Amino acid sequence: MELAVPSKPQRLGPSHRTLVLRYLRRNKSLAVGLAILMFLILFSVVGSMVVDTGTLAYPLAVAPLQPPGAQYLLGTDKDGRDLLAVMIRGIILTGSIGLMAGTVGITVGVVLGFMAGFFGGLFDTITRWVTEVLLTIPSLILLIIIAGTIVDKNQVTIFTMAGVTSLLAWVGPTRVVRAQVLTMKESTYVSVAKLSGMGSMEIIFKELMPNLLPFLVASFVGQLMGAIYASFGLEILGLGPAREPTLGMTIYWAVFNSAMFNQWWWWILWPIVAMVLIFTSLSLINLGLDEVANPRVRRTE
Amino acid sequence: MKLSYLFRRLVFLVIVIWTAATLLFFIPRLSPVNPIRERFLAIARSTGYLPTDLNTIIASFETKFGLDKPLPQQYVDYMRSVLRGDLGVSLMSYPKTVNQLIGEALPWTLGLLTVTTIITFLVGTAIGALASWPKSPQWVKGMVTPLIVLAAIPPQVLGLLLIYFVAFKLNILPMTGAFDPGDLPNLSITFILDVARHAILPSLTLVLAYIGFWALGMRGMGVTVQGEDYVLFAEHKGLPQNRVFYAYYVRNAILPQVTSLALAFGGIISAGVLVESVFGFPGIGSTLTAAIAANDYFVIYGIGFITILAVGVSMLVVDLIYPLLDPRIRYDRK
Repeated sequence: MELAVPSKPQRLGPSHRTLVLRYLRRNKSLAVGLAILMFLILFSVVGSMVVDTGTLAYPLAVAPLQPPGAQYLLGTDKDGRDLLAVMIRGIILTGSIGLMAGTVGITVGVVLGFMAGFFGGLFDTITRWVTEVLLTIPSLILLIIIAGTIVDKNQVTIFTMAGVTSLLAWVGPTRVVRAQVLTMKESTYVSVAKLSGMGSMEIIFKELMPNLLPFLVASFVGQLMGAIYASFGLEILGLGPAREPTLGMTIYWAVFNSAMFNQWWWWILWPIVAMVLIFTSLSLINLGLDEVANPRVRRTE
Repeated sequence: MKLSYLFRRLVFLVIVIWTAATLLFFIPRLSPVNPIRERFLAIARSTGYLPTDLNTIIASFETKFGLDKPLPQQYVDYMRSVLRGDLGVSLMSYPKTVNQLIGEALPWTLGLLTVTTIITFLVGTAIGALASWPKSPQWVKGMVTPLIVLAAIPPQVLGLLLIYFVAFKLNILPMTGAFDPGDLPNLSITFILDVARHAILPSLTLVLAYIGFWALGMRGMGVTVQGEDYVLFAEHKGLPQNRVFYAYYVRNAILPQVTSLALAFGGIISAGVLVESVFGFPGIGSTLTAAIAANDYFVIYGIGFITILAVGVSMLVVDLIYPLLDPRIRYDRK
């Protein structure tokens, strides 16, 4: 006897895409934030295909201090970098530092936060104590002091930057995840799961994680912003990768060479605009996601 | 009950500050650079004269500053002198003491940051309260989102943007510094006006950078108070709108803002670090970054120490004043 294969249920009403678009029209922050992010990604991806950023974004590639014009669209800096190439490369490098440090921060935060919140005991006490101490030291000051111990600034890479930034990036997520786990642990569905004989790991992965996921996605954007913010804070003090054209280092070199005082405005304006775009887009996405992940804070407007 | 809580809190504060100070003590020592040698090499580079007995000179200075002792011994010595209130001497600006250096820089940072923190708190809280008030016009409600976006942008970027447009393009305000170069700080009217003129851009930067934080916090609290019975009752009693807004709405929503204000005062120095370097402002932040560049251990320790102390004490103060502000909170249990 043949079993009737159940036909795929027909979707009634508007398609998935229309629904997403309709939601974005309502959630304007998310829409605008995503649009700016798309622009930045397109700019850097298409840009790296068209422009040879491997040479042009580094010193002695082109004639120095050319104002923006037909030959050099965004102009060139004092050391002979083409600023268009620098922007393309800089957005990618700065974004990569943020992605790496943000990922480390949230991963370590989830693992530590879960262990501390779920199992409690001595480990919880230690975690709470360490995070408490680290919160008392302003993180940027600690990061500056750590980065200051690296002697040869030429050996600093974007991986060093991501590493230094991650050293403190886990503190916030650990505390927040721990607090979330503590409240979830008391909920009825976890009690039911325990009574029905589920093991700890099963409860963590099958019951707690899925509930925490939207929250984690939303806080990842915050982590990304925090990491870019921190690495920029180091770079503008000259503690960044001296050989790489990240956005922060470009601003540092421009300030170092008194670009504004010398009327080389293009050198400093473009990286500043790029930074403003990055943070605007991420914070709008963050606001928008907050509304998705936490319907209680739906906007009052 | 109350006293035992205070005691426990104080012990915890001391332990946290001590641990943080210990951490700060050892991190700069990871660097292999000898600050005294670097200092002499810099002098040698600029004068073209390198003393032949350089190593003896360096060794004698190390003995003088106690840097020749084993690290644990240095740690104990330093902690002892901190307890006496002596933060040591600067290696770079010797014979200036760290206390002197901090004394010179701190008034600048405190002046700039105290004023801007208060302005930002008042304006931001007002905007946040109005934005969550159901009867406000639409444009007031829409004001918070742009302010939050502004708050996400690093203050250094905002500062450079303002320097670019106001100081460079329009050329109506000075780009950097806290007063005209060549002037010595004094109390004449012209000097004070000059300082005020130089402080406009850094202040504006800080206000723009932090106002969204206060507006967001206050709007969030306002929303929770909105549907409360006492607000509805006050309205239905026919009280004037103004009175409902101030006495019932704002007063009940403002508590967390006040505690955030205490924490913000504790974080003043670290906020200073963010903008001072951009504006060449002679405060604590600039002193710290210069000290880190030169590995001036005792200055790094000193500034780090007072920063931690300020944050830790402000956290304690928040904990202690909260029950006074909000009678619902008591520390009787646990």
